[in-house]
Amino acid sequence: MNPWPWYVSGPLIALVMFALLFVGKQFGMSSNLRTACSIGGAGKASDFFDFDWKKERWNLIVVLGAIIGGFLSANYLSDHTVDINPDVITTLESYGINSAGEAYLPTEIFGTESLSDPKILAVLLIGGFLVGFGSRYAGGCTSGHAISGLSNLQLPSLIAVIGFFIGGLIMINFIYPLIF
Amino acid sequence: MKTLVYLIIGIFFGIVMYKSEAASWFRIYEMFEFGSFHMYGIIGSALAIGVIGTQIIKRRNIKALGGQDMQLNPKAMSISRYLFGGILFGLGWALAGACPGPMYVLAGAGYGSILIVILGALIGTFLYGLLRNKLPH
Repeated sequence: MNPWPWYVSGPLIALVMFALLFVGKQFGMSSNLRTACSIGGAGKASDFFDFDWKKERWNLIVVLGAIIGGFLSANYLSDHTVDINPDVITTLESYGINSAGEAYLPTEIFGTESLSDPKILAVLLIGGFLVGFGSRYAGGCTSGHAISGLSNLQLPSLIAVIGFFIGGLIMINFIYPLIF
Repeated sequence: MKTLVYLIIGIFFGIVMYKSEAASWFRIYEMFEFGSFHMYGIIGSALAIGVIGTQIIKRRNIKALGGQDMQLNPKAMSISRYLFGGILFGLGWALAGACPGPMYVLAGAGYGSILIVILGALIGTFLYGLLRNKLPH
């Protein structure tokens, strides 16, 4: 039930990427969001969504698998605790997040009862918004740029990943203290 | 048959994301605090194998199943698109503590609140589609 160490997890992620390459596809999770918009009829609003989404159905099957994988892991393969650095736990406690080490996601943000807090609702919605907007603007997310793109030595992916970290560091160091 | 292959790859990916804790908000926060080697080890070891494997595929011209070319297309060069888009993505990644792959995994794991994050991501994607001709690329 222990989590897998990095030296097991990383190579397995590379295996996922190669498995998709061998069946003629590429590893990229955020493009499913565009496909979902297209299925929902967004092609009427922008030609960006006006494409034959049925060609992307394979990736939606991968998403379905990821959902099943999450269900199986959470119910049968995990004890849900994440053993992070004690110094980081202390920092989080100063933000009022006390569930570190006891939960897989902070209950203060992802607990059902937190949904009645407008601030938490905004954190979830805006966080998701930036991920969706940013990944499409950058043409990919962690899987498309940080794993696939960098594996293929693509300079654009390196610029995107540097951007990911600039954004993440700004959020953690300058915006978190304002929010929490 | 192919559908089953995609499903199995997805299930495997979902289990790896959850068991590696790459889907944990805490690990993402810790990564941006440089508090542990864990996430860097995951990405770094995936890349070490990814770079070597991709080079072998290219140099030996290995084909995908059915003889088609592997999807290793070069990305069009630009700075503003990748930098601005990347920064926005990074802000969201650190705020929600999840990137697109783990979002689906967490939905399957039963975290109902992640559906709000996914809704936000769909709205963000849609708005990008509306605005993209006005943005520097």
